[in-house]
Amino acid sequence: MLKQIEGSRAVAEAVALCRPEVICAYPITPQTHIVEALGAAVKRGDLAPCEFINVESEFAAMSVAIGASAAGARAYTATASQGLLYMSEAVYNAAGLGLPIVMTVANRAIGAPINIWNDHSDSMSQRDAGWIQLYAETSQEALDLHIQAFRIAEELSVPVMVCMDGFLLTHACERADIPTQEQVDGFLPGYEPRQVLDPAEPVSIGAMVGPEAFTEVRYLAQARQLQALDLIPAVAGEFERGFGRDSGGLLRPYRLDEAETVVIALGSVQGTIKDVVDELRAGGMKIGVLGIISFRPFPFDAVRAALNGASRVIAIERAFAPGSGGIVTGDIRSALLQHPVPVYPVIAGLGGRAVTSASLRGLLADGHAGALGPLTFLDLNTGLVERELARTRQARRSGPAAENMLRDIGAVASRIG
Amino acid sequence: MFQVRLHGRGGQGAVTTAELLSVAAFNEGKHAQAFPSFGSERMGAPVMAFCRIDDKPIRTREPVGHPDALIIQDPTLLHQVEVFSGLLPGSFMLINTPGGFEDLGLDDYIRAMCRDRLLVVPATRMALEHLGRPLPGAALLGGFAALTGQVRVESVIAAINERFSGKAADGNAAAAREAFEFVKAEREALADA
Repeated sequence: MLKQIEGSRAVAEAVALCRPEVICAYPITPQTHIVEALGAAVKRGDLAPCEFINVESEFAAMSVAIGASAAGARAYTATASQGLLYMSEAVYNAAGLGLPIVMTVANRAIGAPINIWNDHSDSMSQRDAGWIQLYAETSQEALDLHIQAFRIAEELSVPVMVCMDGFLLTHACERADIPTQEQVDGFLPGYEPRQVLDPAEPVSIGAMVGPEAFTEVRYLAQARQLQALDLIPAVAGEFERGFGRDSGGLLRPYRLDEAETVVIALGSVQGTIKDVVDELRAGGMKIGVLGIISFRPFPFDAVRAALNGASRVIAIERAFAPGSGGIVTGDIRSALLQHPVPVYPVIAGLGGRAVTSASLRGLLADGHAGALGPLTFLDLNTGLVERELARTRQARRSGPAAENMLRDIGAVASRIG
Repeated sequence: MFQVRLHGRGGQGAVTTAELLSVAAFNEGKHAQAFPSFGSERMGAPVMAFCRIDDKPIRTREPVGHPDALIIQDPTLLHQVEVFSGLLPGSFMLINTPGGFEDLGLDDYIRAMCRDRLLVVPATRMALEHLGRPLPGAALLGGFAALTGQVRVESVIAAINERFSGKAADGNAAAAREAFEFVKAEREALADA
């Protein structure tokens, strides 16, 4: 059924249709609306049998999800930003134990300085935890990916993180097609755990493993991720047959025909990029977009195939690794080892800075002309940076940098972008 | 594509207003996208919300830099915030104020614009009268429907009835209806002048 609905509520409806048996979450902006809506659904009795467990922290949220999943329940949680970091130890445990938990990450920056706005720093920080990571471009895709995520997670016994841009998707009200319970039931069978804590048949889960087998147990994580490379497109194909929508999969190519320049991006920024690419195409520029839906596992072969014929790649990075640069860029370069073409990392939209079509227009033109440097920060206010660096040179006790820079630029509440 | 920017203050319902507008457009079979400006929520702080309306799916997610219409929920923002940023010569503007447009002292900002697209509506007074609370959003949407013709007032009222029930629905719908008639009369008066 088509609805004009906030992204968070669309996702909550999708999760409810997946019949989770345990939902445990701790509120954090911008994820809160999702679990609020689910909590209300459980309280109304719309979602039953399901236990909604209020926990005291994100560490407890993931720990409860682990316990519930190990006991054979379909478990779901959601978080963002510092909350994801706070549960990080348990995030690794969930993957190491092979428990098919599904978690929404409503992508948000990580402090300090405190910032509630969107970028991908939070989920990128957990990219090596052993979870599958899927990134949604629209509210509709976020909704659809959750339904697919339970299938993928339970079939492989691997947890899945569905990443959706905080505010840009979670708080945007747009059209979404909410499937029926019958559709979802037909697509997602009941959870049949591979391992279960059952007093009638006692087993240990999470035993200590020494050097004699630790490498092999860890290798299984790689083996399961490789299996996911086949399963993710297969599940997306089945989803399309059942729901009539092309949603999910590994990659989303757009106008790659004869593209000399390919822009790679994850998440909701693809929409603005595609509008700009349409303009540039109309002006004769051979440019296209490759959206990455599955960042973990990283689809090396599919990326290589999609970039066949491209002369250069511009990687729009919504997070960055200080001291290194672009996080996605490293994987793209690995995919292109045999046929290297320049990959230009562009750090864009950190901490909620709008990625505007005007900025993209200039950036993509520069990139197409091969005029980008080894690491670009889109719309960086270099004057602001230079002045703070000058302050640190002038005085030993130059004070807190973030506060200095805020004072430098003055009030921001009056600005539009 | 028709792009709307709303300026209000935290607690005035700017985000809800943008969402209601998107639902009204959706009810007419259009594509619509409403989203807030993502500030930290504080009562009274300047906030923005956006709404895009189109006949085809909307992909862009940047803030509305060049609005086709501006809705100002609180006239005290006019001289504190860059509300006029990116206005186009043909942009519409609807300001919630109990007085007249000429009393607002905006001559310097609107020289290049079409005067008959710049209107006022006493939305807070209407909200107090019909709803008993100073929430001007519904009245502004009724006025928006009359000013721009982008949505019908019936679609606005349908969106209100989907979102609210009982007295809140009735009061908001009555405010929207009164504002629609008010702005319609204002347009006709300007056309005759």
